[in-house]
Formats: sequence, C-alpha cells, structure tokens
Amino acid sequence: MSFLELSGIQKSFGPVQVVKDFDMTIEKGEFVSFLGPSGCGKTTILRMIAGFETPSAGTVLINGRNQNELKPNQRNIGMVFQAYALFPNMTVHDNVAFGLKIAGMEKPAVDARVKEMLGLIHLDHLADRYPYQMSGGQQQRVALARALAPKPQVLLLDEPLSALDAKIRVSLREEIRQIQQQLGITTVFVTHDQEEALSISDRIVVMNAGRADQIGTPFDIYNKPATRFVASFVGTLNLIEAKVVDPATNRIIIGDQQITLREPLGTAAKAGDKVSLALRPEAGSIAESAKGDTALTGEVVSSNFLGSVIRTRMKVGDAVISFDMFNAPGLAPPAVSEVATLRFTASDLLIIRE
Amino acid sequence: MKTQKIGAWLAIFFGASYFIIPLIATFEFSLRMRRGEYSFDAYRSVFSDIQFRESFSYSIVMALLTIVFGVLLVVPTAYWVRLRLPQMRPVVEFITLMPLVIPAIVIVFGYLRIYNSSSFIPFTGSTRGTDVLLMFSFMTLSLPYMYRSVDTAMRTIDVGTLTEAAQSLGASWPTIMFKCIFPNVMSGVLSGAFITFAIVIGEFTMPSLLNRPAFGPYLQLIGANRAYEPPALAVIAFAITWGCMVLLQLVSRFSKSAPAKP
Repeated sequence: MSFLELSGIQKSFGPVQVVKDFDMTIEKGEFVSFLGPSGCGKTTILRMIAGFETPSAGTVLINGRNQNELKPNQRNIGMVFQAYALFPNMTVHDNVAFGLKIAGMEKPAVDARVKEMLGLIHLDHLADRYPYQMSGGQQQRVALARALAPKPQVLLLDEPLSALDAKIRVSLREEIRQIQQQLGITTVFVTHDQEEALSISDRIVVMNAGRADQIGTPFDIYNKPATRFVASFVGTLNLIEAKVVDPATNRIIIGDQQITLREPLGTAAKAGDKVSLALRPEAGSIAESAKGDTALTGEVVSSNFLGSVIRTRMKVGDAVISFDMFNAPGLAPPAVSEVATLRFTASDLLIIRE
Repeated sequence: MKTQKIGAWLAIFFGASYFIIPLIATFEFSLRMRRGEYSFDAYRSVFSDIQFRESFSYSIVMALLTIVFGVLLVVPTAYWVRLRLPQMRPVVEFITLMPLVIPAIVIVFGYLRIYNSSSFIPFTGSTRGTDVLLMFSFMTLSLPYMYRSVDTAMRTIDVGTLTEAAQSLGASWPTIMFKCIFPNVMSGVLSGAFITFAIVIGEFTMPSLLNRPAFGPYLQLIGANRAYEPPALAVIAFAITWGCMVLLQLVSRFSKSAPAKP
C-alpha cells in the first residue's frame, strides 16, 4: 500500500469542475511535484490533501487512513505557503514553536526542537527576530522550519518559491530538496515553474484542465512527453506537422523532405494521415551537408545570440523549427536567408499522439 | 515651496486653535470661582462631590465593559466576514453604520419598548439588567467606529493564509483567534477602544433615559445648576479620558507582542 493515495478525486466549484477523476499514489519519502499552468487544479488537489477543500468525490488516504472526515488541524500535515504566512506578532522562535506548543510539548523539548529546526535552515542566530525584520528567503526558510517542526506525516509546498527573486529561488529549492532527503519526508510540491519541478522532483505530475496528462520522472516527462500539452508545456519544443508516406517503413514527409522515424507510427496509420512530431531545440545542430533520415534543410529565418547559446529559426516547408547551438568563439551563426541543414538523431524526433 | 510650507503651518495653526482655544477658555473660566483671583475651588468642589466620583467610576466601568464585549463581538465578526463571507461585507458594513443614522433617542425608546419589565426579556426589570442593557446600547453606539478600525487593521494581514497556516499546525479556532488574529489587529482594537471610551464617558441620552447614574447625565445636571463646576468637570473628564488612553497605548506598547508590520 502506498503512503499517500488519491483515488477518484473530483472537485467542483459551482458548475465548474476543476479536478476531474484524479488518481495517484505517492510512496513514503517521495518528492512529487504538481506542474501546470494557472487554473489547472494543482493547488486545489494540494488543498484537498491539506483539508482546506473537501473533495466533491473520491478519497484521500494517508498511511491507510481516510482523511476526508478529518479537519485540517487533525491531519498532521505541514504546509508552506507562497506568501510565507508567518505570524507577524511572533518571533522566529515562537513561529517555529507554535505547532509544538499546540501539540502539548514541554518547554525544554520545544526549545530543543526549535533549535534543531533553526539549525537545519541555518537561521539559529535569528531566533529573536520578527518576520518583518527578515528577507523573503529567510522568511520562507522559517516557514519551512515551522512546518517541519511538529514532524508532519506529509509536507505540502504551495508555490513556496514564487515570491522570491531568481537567485534565492535556486538556492532555496536546493535547500528544500536537501532537507527533504535528509528527513525522508513525503513531499508534494506545487509549481508552475518547469525548471523547479524538473530539478528537485522524484516524480512530476503534469496537470492540464483538471486532469493529470502525464505522471513520470523528470527525465521521462522531458524526453518522452505523452501528450501535445506536456510536450509544449515542459521545456521549449518544436511541434512539426508531417504526413505519413509509408506506414510500414515509418516514412513521413515534412514539406518536401522525407525522413524515416525510429518510433513506429502504429498499425492504425495510413498513407496521407497527418502526424505531429516534436523536436527539442537543443537536439538539433547545424551541419554542412548532412542528408538523409536525420537531417532537414531549410532557409534561416532568424538567428539570435543569447549568450551561452545561439537560437536559430529555420523554415522547413510550412514549419518553422527552432534550434539552439552552444556558443563557441570560432562559431559563425548562420545568416538570415542562408540555406542551412539541421542535423539530429532519429530518436530525438518524437511522435505526439494526443 | 516656502509659501506652501507657510500655508501648511497656517492650516495646522488654525485647526489646532479651533480645538485648543475653547479648552483654554474653559480651563481659564473654571479657575475663576474665587472672585478677583484664580483658584482651584471649582475642582475642589467637584472632587468633594460623592456623586461625581460615583458617576465617573460607573462610566469608566461601563466603558471598559463595553470595550471588552465590543471587541469580543466585533473582532470575530470582522474575521469571519473576511474569511468565509466576503460577499456579506457590504451588508455587515451597512448594519454597523445604522447607529450613525438612527438617533440614540430612537434606539433607547426601542429598547424600552422591547426590553421593559413586562417583556419576554425584561432587562429593565432590575438594576443589573438595566446596566447590561446600557452596556449593549453603548456597544451599538460605538459599533461603526469599532468595526471600521478593526476591519481596517484586518486588511493589513492575510487573514485567510494565516488561518490556514495555523490550522495546518494543529490550532483550533479559539487558538487561531486569540494567538494569531487578535494580536495582529491590536492597533485597530486600540483605536476602536479609544473612541468607545470617549463615547461612553460623554453619552447622555442612553443612561439618562435608562435612569442609570452615568457621567453624562451628571454633567448635564451640574451644568444646569452651577456656573464654575461644569467647566472644571469638562477639563477633568478630558484629562482623565486622555490619561486612560495614554495608559492603554503604554500597556499595548510594552506588552510582549510586537505590532504587526505590513
């Protein structure tokens, strides 16, 4: 039995159904991220786990126990909010001690646990500060310590890094992952930032319009997107429309250039059918005169220098394909209107089936 | 720039004069009881009057009770409206504004009709009952000010998220209310308390028609029969009211909780 089970979860607000038949199991100690655009239902699922929303249908089980009938303060779940939510009238020490005092711990035990938690987030020297005397990053670390102090069975993180600047965001996400691994706590993380999700998760749930489009490891989500939405939402991607030429040999045509796919087109495919293909920009590179199944030739539409990479857009038939090349001192970016050849490996060209 | 500054100072000077000159005049007149020289005879006369002490103590006790019960009514109401019933906010605001548009005399006649000794809730059937009714009437009168100041203070904190944070840490509703919300709206509560105190000390209509020995009716009685004691009383009442408020501010400042900063 999995540690956290969400089965048949549905949630409607009036006539609008925001979560539709959501099923998922999360193992103990796993770090799972819910990734998706605003309004896809990811925060609603998190709030249903926390008990702040009641599912319209379905059950939330933690360690085999049905949570549906439990109030939020009975679930022993730690939560970190986007807006920090530290109590402004309490010092850092009192904020972290809040949950412990409610649990009825003795003062020496509370003090020891607070010290341990503040040591964990490297803020033990700021125990007497009030939230307004701290930076956003420090406040969020205190919020994390406060959520972890009562040893919750699940830790929920609701876009905890969104309000922070880019540099702090990167360092704090690494800190969160390190603490999570150190404590082995089951964690659900909600974000709309794909880089965050890819960098710290054991598994990612890509949400779209109230459903999970794909659940998988960051590697699978990025490299083997299951749907058109996942492919377009996670990372930058070229979506190329092609036509089937010969389904038996997986031969397709893009513009007027035929190539053979490594991935089978499937038994249902017929000659003349449309097929959607995906190619990551970093999968392509410019070649002098490569021809054949792993190259496309077209006219350069634009070429932008972005520092570490040069992003080039090339027109192949009706499609405009973007690809990135690492910047190198001797590399001359292709000129606009020049005819160039894009080379890639056959396995990089994926078929998008939904 | 310089002209603007002079204009601002002139405005402050005239504004302050409007309040301070009558006060000075009142104080000056209260010292004239002894013919031909200034003295504190009027103050001695007031302080030696047992009715003054009784009525003033009565009003202070009523003011404190009104503040306590008013806060207990208004803070949870404002909190709940912000948290769960935001669509009801205009309705609640309208209700709290009613005491401003309905004269106190109309309210008190309504009370006497509904809560008289032969009614289902005979508040006026006993002295204590009338005191309770009077306290409720003071709460009603101070409602527009108390609600607004608490609601404004509540606007500076994220009530919803703080509540959820406290709930996720295992807090019950009373704990959330008294440990997480109350301390963070203390500035609003104090402003409301200040105005409530001033209203209760000076209120005449309610205690007079409910026949309770408050300071307002006493002030009116003295004012109608004596010359120098009423200004002395006004100055004393003014000083004590402000003294109490300073005390309230000091208590809040030196209490353990720090003020919430936005």
